[in-house]
Amino acid sequence: MRATAADRVQSSTTTYLVCAAAWAVPGAGHLWLGRRQKGIIFLIALILMFLAGLWLEGRLFPFEPSQPLVALAAFADVGIGIPFFVAKAMHAGSGRVVAITYEYGNAFMMVAGLLNMLVVLDAFDIAQGRK
Amino acid sequence: MTSHLGLMALFALFVSIVFATLTRDDPREQVRFGAKLFAAFVGAGIVAGWVLYPLPF
Repeated sequence: MRATAADRVQSSTTTYLVCAAAWAVPGAGHLWLGRRQKGIIFLIALILMFLAGLWLEGRLFPFEPSQPLVALAAFADVGIGIPFFVAKAMHAGSGRVVAITYEYGNAFMMVAGLLNMLVVLDAFDIAQGRK
Repeated sequence: MTSHLGLMALFALFVSIVFATLTRDDPREQVRFGAKLFAAFVGAGIVAGWVLYPLPF
């Protein structure tokens, strides 16, 4: 049986490249390491969750150091990687505070970003041969 | 679909899928654990809703 990339311990440079890819595109780290089923599920589920947040009129928060809670929300939002920047470039995610789904939209986008951070840590562990 | 219950269930579905995929390797185990997580999230949400219902604020 041929060993997949995940079965070998990766060099530290490759490990960090895998983590960067996993952050930029949800599931890309797992796909890189040969965990195709997990990678595809993360790719679909996390991007759909982020898009649901945009559809629910949530807000992509700006990095505002003077408002720590807003900065933390922005940190969570950016965890989803490239989709965050694409949405920003398309002027999506401006948020409509009076929408009944506004808070849900925020929760969907922030949790999608935070879950992607967990996925990055999982990819790191796989690349290090711990899983 | 934009009811509170529907959105809570959708949120629970996404989180359950990701957690189950992260923590289990076998696809059958992933489905079983994901279903348990989803039921627990929705059940806990409904129970918490009824517990908080009598509060005046």
